[in-house]
Amino acid sequence: MTEARLLEVEDLRVTFRTPHGPVEAVRGVSFSLGRERLGIVGESGSGKSQTGRALLRLSARNGRVSAKKMVFDGIDLTNASERTMRRIRGARISMIMQDPRYSLNPVVKVGDQIAEAYRIHTGASARKARDRAMEMLETVRIREAGKVYDLYPHQVSGGMGQRVMIAMMLIPEPDVLIADEPTSALDVTVQMQVLALLDDMVRERGMGLVLISHDLNLVASFCDRVMVMYGGRVMEVLEAGRLHEAQHPYTRGLLNCLPSLEHPQHMLPVLTRDAGWLEEAR
Amino acid sequence: MIEVENLTVEFGRGAATVRAVRGVSFTVAQGESYGLVGESGSGKSTVLRAIARINPEFGGTIRVNGTPLTSKRSRDEARRMQMVFQDPYGALHPRHTVDAILREPLEIHRVGDKDRRIKAALSDVGLGPEFRFRYPHQISGGQRQRIAVARALILEPEILLLDEPTSALDVSVQAEVLNLLKRLQRERGLTYLMVSHNLAVVAHICERVAVMNRGRVVEELTASTLRGGEPAEAYTRQLVSATEGYDREAVRGYVTYE
Repeated sequence: MTEARLLEVEDLRVTFRTPHGPVEAVRGVSFSLGRERLGIVGESGSGKSQTGRALLRLSARNGRVSAKKMVFDGIDLTNASERTMRRIRGARISMIMQDPRYSLNPVVKVGDQIAEAYRIHTGASARKARDRAMEMLETVRIREAGKVYDLYPHQVSGGMGQRVMIAMMLIPEPDVLIADEPTSALDVTVQMQVLALLDDMVRERGMGLVLISHDLNLVASFCDRVMVMYGGRVMEVLEAGRLHEAQHPYTRGLLNCLPSLEHPQHMLPVLTRDAGWLEEAR
Repeated sequence: MIEVENLTVEFGRGAATVRAVRGVSFTVAQGESYGLVGESGSGKSTVLRAIARINPEFGGTIRVNGTPLTSKRSRDEARRMQMVFQDPYGALHPRHTVDAILREPLEIHRVGDKDRRIKAALSDVGLGPEFRFRYPHQISGGQRQRIAVARALILEPEILLLDEPTSALDVSVQAEVLNLLKRLQRERGLTYLMVSHNLAVVAHICERVAVMNRGRVVEELTASTLRGGEPAEAYTRQLVSATEGYDREAVRGYVTYE
């Protein structure tokens, strides 16, 4: 699965300067990504989103990113110029953000936003871009694509906005897609349909997918491998199918505290955290 | 305790009318937990908001303790029926301390012995007295939701309307809040009407569940039938399948139910 490494990250750290002193959001994360589906799971504040953003140099201004190694397809991302980064972002590594309401331009028709993404990265004609955008809307299972094309972001529902975002990110056919909670605003059935779409991109085009999520069961059923994060650190990396055999007490705690349809319990076990999990392995 | 008969809720007029709830009926016994599940737009929250009269216009009848509800809610009804909202940040006044948030219902309902009640309400939801003079932004999401539960319970209501009370929380915090809701219900014999899109959460708290789609109840079933995986309706079976995780083959077969 990992014969062709798309991404290699070693000892990634993201630190934010704040009025209360530095906050270490990501503390020494290492992983690699092949043409596969890698899930990053963790609770809020675990550093999973910051890991994704750091790859594209999208950390907030007060953040400092450092890594021993951060390589994408032979390109060193730690030293890449802004110019190189602009050529990578969107075209080769794309990112789907969690909330379409903040990520879409409110005064541009959604179809035109998708077409723009295509034109910028391919230099295609306006007409060709419009056709491709229309096709893409159909690919993300939007009914009446012709009608939706001319809507503004405030006129579409959250689920539809999210599919528009996904269309926009997939239209340049990136090598790597970082999806930060791409489906958590969607209904379960739509969520599964969107995942099937991402699945197709991995299977048919050999795209590498990083799926960032708080939903353990979802990730376990969808991904090839799962990386569990807590407090900016990687607790363990597992084969997704074996998530339920996880050894780390944090992963076990997360799994146990979920209510389940199959295993009813009167009271849910509450997760107890161990300060030792945050200590750096020497 | 709660009887809902042929409830309808419409928004807008003329051709733009949206029929959010279309003839929903169910009853909830005293001390029971009843769940409404469905996807967005199914009308589940609208049912709850009609009962709370946040949407005062509705058709059909809603009876609580045998008394039909009118579009204006009386003070006495408000005391007996309280609501907990989804977003614990939006539901708490950002410039009020926890003390002021918990004091307000006592003042509105002219209940005495306020200080003792506020301290007791905090300890009931597992928070120490040190939280009393903090602001919502100074406490975590789970603690905020505990404050929202404390505020709902401070008037000693009989019924709690719960609108996605844990969907904004991390799973470990969700477990704590769900345990809290279970414990409080057992201790006080509360009646719960809970809305959620999460089947596992609803099955955990509720004995009976109504599955809604497009403003209608598709089927009513017990939590154990839901767990057993043999609901009568295809819509419910699809919902259960999607909840259980990603299955490439199953997804191909998904259909949209109108």
